[in-house]
Amino acid sequence: MKVTFEINGTEKSVDVEPRTLVVDLIRTKLGMTGTHIGCDTSNCGACTVLLDGRPVKSCTLLAPMLDGKKVTTVEGLAAGGKLDAIQVGFHAEHGLQCGFCTPGMMLVGKALIEANPHPTEDEIRWGISGNICRCTGYMNIVKAIQHAAAANAAENTAGVA
Amino acid sequence: MAVDTTEAAAAAEAARQAMGGIGVSLARKEDARFIHGQGHYVDDVVLPGMLHMVIVRSPHAHARIKGIDSSAAMAIPGVVAVVTGELLAQHKLAWMPTLSGDTQAVLATDKVRFQGQEVACVIAETKYIAEDAAQLVSVDYEPLQAITTPQQAIAPGAIVIRDEKEGQTDNKIYHWEAGDKDATDAAFARAAKVVSLETFYPRCHPSPLETCGCVADLNPVTGNATIYMTSQAPHAHRTLFAIVAGLPEEKIRIISPDLGGGFGNKVPIYPGYVVATAASLLIGRPVKWIEDRTDNLISTGFARDYYMDGSVAIDENGKFIGLRVNLLSDNGAFFADAQPSKFKAGLFHIVTGSYDIPAAHIVANGAYTNKAPGGVAYRCSFRVTEASYFIERLVESAAVELGQDPVTTRLNNFIQPEAFPYKSASGFEYDSGNYPAAMKVALDMLGYDELRKEQAEKRAKGELMGIGVASFTEVVGAGKGKDYDIAGLRMFDSAELRVHPTGKAILKLGVMSQGQGHETTFAQIVAEELGIPASDVEVREGDTDNTPFGLGTYASRSTPVGGAATAVVARKLRDKGKIIAAHLFEADVADIEFAKGKYNVKGSPDNVKTIQDIAFAAYTNIPDGIEAGLEGVTYYDPPNMTFPFGTYLVVVDIDKGTGQVKVRRMVAVDDCGVRINPMIVEGQIHGGLTEGFGIAFMELITFDDEGNCIGSNFMDYLIPTAWETPRFELGQTVTPSPHHPIGAKGVGESATVGSPAAYVNAVIDALSHLGITNIDMPITSDKVWAALRSKGVTE
Repeated sequence: MKVTFEINGTEKSVDVEPRTLVVDLIRTKLGMTGTHIGCDTSNCGACTVLLDGRPVKSCTLLAPMLDGKKVTTVEGLAAGGKLDAIQVGFHAEHGLQCGFCTPGMMLVGKALIEANPHPTEDEIRWGISGNICRCTGYMNIVKAIQHAAAANAAENTAGVA
Repeated sequence: MAVDTTEAAAAAEAARQAMGGIGVSLARKEDARFIHGQGHYVDDVVLPGMLHMVIVRSPHAHARIKGIDSSAAMAIPGVVAVVTGELLAQHKLAWMPTLSGDTQAVLATDKVRFQGQEVACVIAETKYIAEDAAQLVSVDYEPLQAITTPQQAIAPGAIVIRDEKEGQTDNKIYHWEAGDKDATDAAFARAAKVVSLETFYPRCHPSPLETCGCVADLNPVTGNATIYMTSQAPHAHRTLFAIVAGLPEEKIRIISPDLGGGFGNKVPIYPGYVVATAASLLIGRPVKWIEDRTDNLISTGFARDYYMDGSVAIDENGKFIGLRVNLLSDNGAFFADAQPSKFKAGLFHIVTGSYDIPAAHIVANGAYTNKAPGGVAYRCSFRVTEASYFIERLVESAAVELGQDPVTTRLNNFIQPEAFPYKSASGFEYDSGNYPAAMKVALDMLGYDELRKEQAEKRAKGELMGIGVASFTEVVGAGKGKDYDIAGLRMFDSAELRVHPTGKAILKLGVMSQGQGHETTFAQIVAEELGIPASDVEVREGDTDNTPFGLGTYASRSTPVGGAATAVVARKLRDKGKIIAAHLFEADVADIEFAKGKYNVKGSPDNVKTIQDIAFAAYTNIPDGIEAGLEGVTYYDPPNMTFPFGTYLVVVDIDKGTGQVKVRRMVAVDDCGVRINPMIVEGQIHGGLTEGFGIAFMELITFDDEGNCIGSNFMDYLIPTAWETPRFELGQTVTPSPHHPIGAKGVGESATVGSPAAYVNAVIDALSHLGITNIDMPITSDKVWAALRSKGVTE
């Protein structure tokens, strides 16, 4: 069947089996391999993408559910050669090691600070608790999200001034 | 003048940061591709004509195979082949050797011996078709009695699991001893007190977020075999492929691209790799095999499953004088431990730990059960985790029985700083250490004395609070090669450094990062030794065609061995640079000095040639009689292991009503010698403390009486999320390794080795006054609740 959606600002219309998982559509059909598969049971969040701005686990969605929606993957984070604040935060605070959970973590973190620009540490920890990282122990992921929140706040202040 | 000094200091610091040498928390060079979603993992490899493989696994833990019917599977359009053990047997590939000298079924022919064992493989045009077809492969099983514990396995009359092995009449694998039995018996005979502990370190699993897999691409025309695989040890795997599959080694290229974590899970060779490779050869097309999470949890190398029972003999002054430990190991259906071949229980004999115990004796027995094989690491160096857990738990028990503060018991028995190098009763020579110093830093950071007061006040009110102590010593960084080998391959490691004419360099290593940040850390070693900025040094690993032979990354050996090789090869090039500098200066080589990337003639410090000048001259203006180029390779065989150590302190509060344990504080003081990149070291420690927390409180692979695996997905096998994970407070001391070229020790596994005992000791410390002396991991609320109720404690 035909499914039409927007991914990272580009409209796509693809022919897929209805049972195709969104993560497989993105990775195999569209060749965008930044979205990963870690558990198949929606526990780990390595496959997280943004659907109309909300984080979802793409291993648990079927391709037809994308119809008419907007998808953002890790490949869509940087715009015009400029890194998103969340990407800067993860690099600056050593928020990644093997990098496998990183795309999902960054997307969850970005959605979190967009909804709540000044999160407490507890709010961040709760907000990312649907995503598993085996390497970092989360300490620096929390800092990375705080780093991005602070950068966004500074930019907004600068804009007002 | 003060201003000048400050400016000079600032300039020196700016130069240090720009060079990015040892001690600089340089942001990671490898991050760029990962934050852009351009990490390149095995599942991202797509080749023209690539097929997909799915494994049909046994639902039974123990059963005879009476027949396999794959006709319904083959009838599905898009299915190319169904591979069975019978087909592999025709090519002598139905069985393969393990890393511990045993054999393992690639695809079962006679019996299945654990639930999840590989029985057949379906190869199809897409993964979806392969999954559909795998459901239709019909296997006729005759179930047999399953053995799920090593105690059942070694009981007289137990059904023999490995009945295909000639001469195997029971389920015993090995009997191994270390230390001195007579001296230990004598120590126990004169002991004033003997304290014992019986404990079980349960089965858990490394479960890196990326599962295992490969893409095998064998070209029947050229004979070239390119295998992209999740490998922590690509060179060793190439050699094993040559031996197992009979492929010519020069035609095999193993490429281990980015690894999504490893923690030991990607050291063994699994049946899936072998079948995908054989299938690619037979079909003539590339074959991709990627595990799903359940495949990973039920069939690949688990960890621990160790029953430990031992005692410490204590004299009238409270000094430890002897240690005895008996081990019973559950190795699953095939003995596939990844460990040095001479040591059947790995390096468990490090069990004397941080303590000066003059006599020790260890007896280890291994048994087959109807469970997945493994016994490999979970971020642990060859059973060091089990050893450290045992001694730190036993010392806790000793403190309780002696009526001492556990800190006092440790301080009374530590190996003293002046005793290094220290020969342990079980045969190790510890390189360096200062255990009381690390302990003091940790106690001060925690505010130990205040917390003990708070604990006493709470206890008087009936509230449960505990402080756990663990002062671990690890042994990491194997070889030396003479004593340590895997499948005969000696455990040296390698570094090849090429400095190009423009003064930029490429460093190629035999080790393999799984997220540890090698591209940054090893560039920093070159920066320090040769004065080429870390930003100008590109690090390459994981491609056997393009890196020198090495044994790979596990057991915290990259920095101790590969890091040493890097420093040594850089020094070789530095020395060659002196010859070239002498030529350029028209001076004697003996008069050339080198510091921070600059050469000068003694007495003329201001007239310098930079390493970049020297590199250019190496290709453009070389002295007569000297070979052109500035390149070198080193194979480093370490003279000894390194012995990192530390003290971990944990504070817990326990709810009497529910048994819930909350970790309030976690202070970790590590001494891993010289820290190359402190930021990366701390990241490693954070990760290890979290995995240790998971093992202590959450993670468990267990089995029911029929051998069904409980813990086969992330809903049952619980991994800590950010919500449960404690917030860690890190400290350090620095005691360099005297034999390592830059004084560094391994650190990747310290926190997983040291922390489980600290967490558990905290729980026991909260409960010991009630007469509760042990709770086996994972310490879940129900176990604490039951222990409290057994002592009559209610809300």
